[in-house]
Amino acid sequence: MFMFEQAVVGSRRYWVWVLCLFAVIGLGFLLYLRQLSYGLGITGMSRDVTWGLYIAQFTFLVGVAASAVMVVLPYYLHDYKAFGRITILGEFLAISAVTMCMLFVFVDMGQPARALNVLLYPTPNSIMFWDFVSLGGYLLLNAVIALVTLGAERRRVAPPAWIKPVILLSIPWAISIHTVTAFLYSGLPGRSFWLTAILAPRFLASAFAAGPALLILLCMIMRRMKAFDPGPEAVRKLAVIVTYAMILNVFFLLMEVFTAFYSQIPEHTEHFRYVFVGLEGHRALVGWAWASALLALVSLVLLIVPQLRRNEKALAAACVVTFLSLWIDKGICLVVAGFIPSPVGAVTEYAPTLPEMGITLAIWAIGCLMVTVFYKIALSVREGLAASAVH
Amino acid sequence: MRITRNRFLRITGVSALAVAGRKLARLFGGPDGAAAASPPVRWAMVIDTQKCLKKAGCIDCIAACHKVHNVPEIKDRAHEIKWVWKEPFKQAFPAQETAYTEEAYKGKPFPVLCNHCDNPPCVRVCPTKATWKREDGLVMMDWHRCIGCRYCMAACPYGSRSFNWVDPRPHLRRIDIEFPMRTKGVVEKCTFCAERLARGQAPACVQACKEQKALVFGNLADPDSDVSRLVRSRFTLRRKPGLGTNPEVYYIIG
Repeated sequence: MFMFEQAVVGSRRYWVWVLCLFAVIGLGFLLYLRQLSYGLGITGMSRDVTWGLYIAQFTFLVGVAASAVMVVLPYYLHDYKAFGRITILGEFLAISAVTMCMLFVFVDMGQPARALNVLLYPTPNSIMFWDFVSLGGYLLLNAVIALVTLGAERRRVAPPAWIKPVILLSIPWAISIHTVTAFLYSGLPGRSFWLTAILAPRFLASAFAAGPALLILLCMIMRRMKAFDPGPEAVRKLAVIVTYAMILNVFFLLMEVFTAFYSQIPEHTEHFRYVFVGLEGHRALVGWAWASALLALVSLVLLIVPQLRRNEKALAAACVVTFLSLWIDKGICLVVAGFIPSPVGAVTEYAPTLPEMGITLAIWAIGCLMVTVFYKIALSVREGLAASAVH
Repeated sequence: MRITRNRFLRITGVSALAVAGRKLARLFGGPDGAAAASPPVRWAMVIDTQKCLKKAGCIDCIAACHKVHNVPEIKDRAHEIKWVWKEPFKQAFPAQETAYTEEAYKGKPFPVLCNHCDNPPCVRVCPTKATWKREDGLVMMDWHRCIGCRYCMAACPYGSRSFNWVDPRPHLRRIDIEFPMRTKGVVEKCTFCAERLARGQAPACVQACKEQKALVFGNLADPDSDVSRLVRSRFTLRRKPGLGTNPEVYYIIG
C-alpha cells in the first residue's frame, strides 16, 4: 500500500543525495539533544525577541504547504487537465512542508515533553490550538488524498468516489491553515507590526507565489534528471499563478508601508524603520530587507515581461529570486521585526546561533528527504517502470 | 461477591455516566455555593510614583519579590528573569511623555510588573490554559502545564513575562523552600503573591515598601479599601490603556 519499496532502491546519485541529507539530519539531531539538555538559551532568542528562526521557518513553510491548493483547485474544481500530472507533486510537497512546520514548532518548545498538553487541555480561545487542529487536519487530508489517488493510479483504476469530497474539503482547508497562522500574529494587541488586517491576505499571496515557484523549480530539476516532464503548459500556467500572486504580495506590502508612514503613528512606523533603515544604530535586518525588496523587484520584471516568463532560463531565475525574496521576508524579517522594538521600547537585536542554524538546516533536510522519497515513489508508480530503472 | 461480566459492564457504565454527569454539571452549572456567597474581590495595586521616586536607588520591592519567589539572578540580559523591575517613564508609559514631562522624569525609574489585566491577552492566547485569570482578578501560571511556546510573551503588551532560557537553579543565591522553583523551558511572571494573599498577608513588594508606602494593595471591589479611595481621589494612569486590556495596576504620577 505504501509503495515504500521504491524508496530503498535507486541510483548511486540518489543514494549520495540521501546520505548527505541524513548527515545533515544527524548533526542537527545531536545539536537538538544539546538544546534539550541546556535549554533554548542555546539559541539567539532573548527575553525581548522570544521567537526567532524556528517560528519564522514555520510561518514561511505553512505558506508552502498551503500552496498545494494552487494545483489542486484548477484541476479538481475547473477540470484543468494540464495540472493532472502535478497535483500529486503538490500534495506531497504539502505533506513535507506541514511536517517541517510541526517539527519547527516542536523544536521551539521549552517543554517538548508536554506537547500533548495542547490536546489534553483543548483551549478554543487560543489561536495556537486552532493552528494545531488545522495543520494536523491538513496533513491527514493530504496524506489520505495522496495515498488513495496514487494507489488507484498504480492499480490502473479510477480513484474511489468518496475521495472527491475529501479533495474538495482540502481546498478551503489549505486557505485556512495560512489564515489561522496569520491570526497567530495579527490578533496580538501590543505588536503593531503584525496588528494588520492585511496580514492573512498577504500571507496567502506570498504563499501562492513561493509554493508554485518551488514546484516549478522541482519540475525543472526532475526534467533535467529525465525523471518526469509535467509538460510545458503546466509550467506556463504555474508561472502565471506565481506572477499574479507575487504582484499581489508586493501590492499588499506597499499598502502596509503607506498606512504606517502616511498616518505617522510611531508604533506602526518604528518596526518598518527598524527593518529598512535601522533603529538607534541597530541595523541587523537592513541588509536582508533590502535584499528581499531588490529580489522582489527583479522577480516582478522577470515574471511580468511575457518573453522572459516564457523563457525557460529566465523563468527558473524568476522562481529562484521569488522564493528567496519571500523566504527572507517571511522566514527572517517578519517574525523578528515584530519584536523589535519591544513593547517597552527596547531595541534588542536577534541573530541565530550556530546550533540554532544547524537544527534549522536539519529540519529543512528532513523536508528535502521527504520530497525526494515521495517524488521518487510517485514517479516510479507513474512511469510504471521497474524500480531499478529509475534514476 | 462474584463479579459477572454483566455486572462488571453495568458498574462500568454507571460509573462512566456518573463521571460524565459531574463534568456536564460543572460545565453548565454556575459557581458553587461558597464562592457565590462571599463578597466580590478584585485585587489591584496603586503605585504612588512621587513617594517611590523620593527614595532614589531603592530596590526593596524588587529584592523582596525576587527573594521569596526564587527568581534567579542571571547576568546575561537576554536570559534575565524579572517579576518586578523599573523602567524610565518613556518606556513605562509610551506616547505619554512630552518634551517637558520627560525633563521632569528623565531617566527616573518607575516600578513595573504584571498588570493582572481584567482582559488579559496572555490568557486569551495560551494553548494549554497554563495561564488563567482567577475570579479575584489574579492572572496565574501553572509551571507544570506550560509547554514553553512563549505565545503569552508575544501577546503581553507590557513585557511582563520572562522565559527560563536556561536552568534557573544555578543562578539562585539562596532557595526559599516555601515557594516552588522553576525548571528551564517555562514562562513565569508576577502572581500578585497569590500564596501570601491566601495566608492573609500583603504581597511581598508591598510589605517591603512599608515605610515609603508607595505601593498600595487591596480590593477594588470594596469601595472602602485604600486602593478604592486612592483611585477615586487621585488622578491615575494605567499603562497602554488604549489596548483594552484593563490593567489593574494604577500609577499616581503628580
